[in-house]
Amino acid sequence: MSVAPAPRLRGKDLLGIDPLTAPEIQLILDTADEMAKIAERPIKKVPALRGKTVVNLFLEPSTRTRFSFEMAEKRLSADSLSFSSSGTSVEKGETLLDTARNLEAMQPDFIVIRHRYAGSPHRLAKVLRSSVINAGDGAHEHPTQALLDAMTIRRRLGRLEGLVVAIVGDLEHSRVVRSNVLLLQRMGATVRVAGPPSLVPAQMEAMGCEVHHRMEDAIAGADVVMMLRIQLERQGRMNFPTVREYYDFFALTPERLRLAKRGCLVMHPGPMNRGVEIDSRVADGPQSVILEQVTNGVAVRMAVLYLLAGGNGEPTAD
Amino acid sequence: MSRLLIKHARVIDPSQRLDEGLDVLAVDGRIARLAERIEERGAEVIDAAGLVATPGFIDVHTHLREPGFEYKETIASGAAAALAGGFTAVCCMPNTSPVNDTAAVTEFIRKRAEEAGAARVYPIGAVSKGLAGEELAEMGEMVRAGAVAVSDDGQPVRHAYLLRRALEYSLLFGIPVVDHCEDPTLSAGGVMHEGAVSTRLGLRGIPAAAEEVMVARDVTLAGLTGARLHIAHLSTRQSLEWVRRAKNQGLSVSCEVTPHHLALTDAAVSESSYDTNFKMNPPLRSADHVAALLEGVLDGTVDCLATDHAPHHADEKALEFDLAPFGVVGLETAVPVTYDLLVRQHKLPLARFVALWSTNPARLFSLPGGTLKVGSVADLTLLDTEARLPVNPDRFVSRSRNTPFAGRRLRGWPVATILAGKVVWRRERR
Repeated sequence: MSVAPAPRLRGKDLLGIDPLTAPEIQLILDTADEMAKIAERPIKKVPALRGKTVVNLFLEPSTRTRFSFEMAEKRLSADSLSFSSSGTSVEKGETLLDTARNLEAMQPDFIVIRHRYAGSPHRLAKVLRSSVINAGDGAHEHPTQALLDAMTIRRRLGRLEGLVVAIVGDLEHSRVVRSNVLLLQRMGATVRVAGPPSLVPAQMEAMGCEVHHRMEDAIAGADVVMMLRIQLERQGRMNFPTVREYYDFFALTPERLRLAKRGCLVMHPGPMNRGVEIDSRVADGPQSVILEQVTNGVAVRMAVLYLLAGGNGEPTAD
Repeated sequence: MSRLLIKHARVIDPSQRLDEGLDVLAVDGRIARLAERIEERGAEVIDAAGLVATPGFIDVHTHLREPGFEYKETIASGAAAALAGGFTAVCCMPNTSPVNDTAAVTEFIRKRAEEAGAARVYPIGAVSKGLAGEELAEMGEMVRAGAVAVSDDGQPVRHAYLLRRALEYSLLFGIPVVDHCEDPTLSAGGVMHEGAVSTRLGLRGIPAAAEEVMVARDVTLAGLTGARLHIAHLSTRQSLEWVRRAKNQGLSVSCEVTPHHLALTDAAVSESSYDTNFKMNPPLRSADHVAALLEGVLDGTVDCLATDHAPHHADEKALEFDLAPFGVVGLETAVPVTYDLLVRQHKLPLARFVALWSTNPARLFSLPGGTLKVGSVADLTLLDTEARLPVNPDRFVSRSRNTPFAGRRLRGWPVATILAGKVVWRRERR
């Protein structure tokens, strides 16, 4: 790619893709490629974050993202503890800022936070000295997901610049689409999004992407097709008639996939609803890189932790 | 006999088309004389050289929170905050606990306000019992006890049928029905204006249409009934169009706009990184709506300004953006925010500015004041149009600090408030 990586990250936090520059994204992706090598060794652990403490604060149900962070923390030798709850601070009778102050009192180096409500990590980051890593906030951002998606695309196709990436599904409630639109465009890719018009948020084109209603228009000739999860738990207040009809118009089937470029990558942030937004023949087919995304997730999270800890140079050197 | 003599002021009174250097004499709480030079032995004298004297400013939309939410504000603290913001009178909304839907609560508010001895407080009664939107509250009893209007503010009058009956019934008393226009099925779950910013921030939006469909319904019913309809905190371009149309048809429809909807856009939510002091309902709108509101103020479609002063405790505002309550305080910032924006930046004539804050609210809600005609109540606001000060929430008289204007340097501040011929508040020099 044309961008030279930044020497280091500027901020203490990773709150989203929005605040990152192209050279910073490049740096994270390059570092993640290095981190991926660690997993190929017989001893999958380096002492880079020895003595650092990480709190994983997951205030919304999540298995894969939390496991991925925990795995990354262990591989870097950080001490970590995880707290999971579907309750918000207010349901526990505590304000968000009190939660923050209590955590801060334990002096962790990192707080990885998943929160139901957009902007919560940002408000914490303002008052905390620890590095805050956003592991998904409401329908806002999920920066490490976009980074692992980019890493996967780059390892498969060798670049991001000039690619056409189609993202299809529930655009309104998806933080994955927002982070991906920001990242891919910043790195020179073209992003087309598609979904039922009733699931396209207001003025989405203002984010710079092409907005389509018919899925076929978005995936025609695309290098990558990324499918978004339909949140079945929203059934009843979903903005389309039935899951059956959704499949008819918006599922990625082998027939539809043929509209894309030959060898087009198929991606999904998981967990998948087979037979809803994606047909199993595609999900398990030769073009699917869905499990590689999961593998790369660990490397990307290692890279982010490492860089925010001030790491530069070769992480495996000592 | 108590006498107050204000000397050397630039007196602006739109009700008499007055804008000249005059002395004003108040005797026993009423305006006694206006003349180029008045000498009155034994009178308390204020030298108002360099200041503007106007009929007292009136805020027709405040939430005083008492009874029920005294940790946010009380009638006494809110009425004192009003004085400190240059207001001599406020109308307070009925969404307290208990709701002001009976004469007893109306009387309680009047009594508390009297004890407080600060700004005049005019209660607004509920349209529906318990604000439940089902049955009419006892409008006549409340009017007899001192209510000056009815409103279910905080929420809309949901059913068109009930609003129709409320408008019809209000004709008996000649009071305005004030509606908070919001279609709850369109706004459900929303926490900011729906548009490019909400999309980017991943926050659920409240579309402009949620307000506009209700304004359209309301002005249609104003046409049907011939009653006085006042649209609270109007915030969108199309809402303003409906009001303009209704006025052209000769309907008794009026509207107010708040300082924050004129001075801020939805971009503030993004720029402040989800600061809940930018969360209010209706939400801060996008720049095109704000431009339309400004135009509406300048061309006279907007009848008056009003604060929608909505105090909340800091602990409540410290919650997640989605969970924090809607609303911002406004009494102590409204005058400089609007003076700076409208008069200084957009060259609104000072007399029009005074009309928006005093003459017009008094006329729309049939309140005493809003004029300096001889014989009227001697309520005045003194303004220093040159004063340039930062907004400092730590110095607020209000119990709450939830302002979106903290730190802003603004020009044009009230320096004294005069109530019934007595100086009841003066800005301290610092």
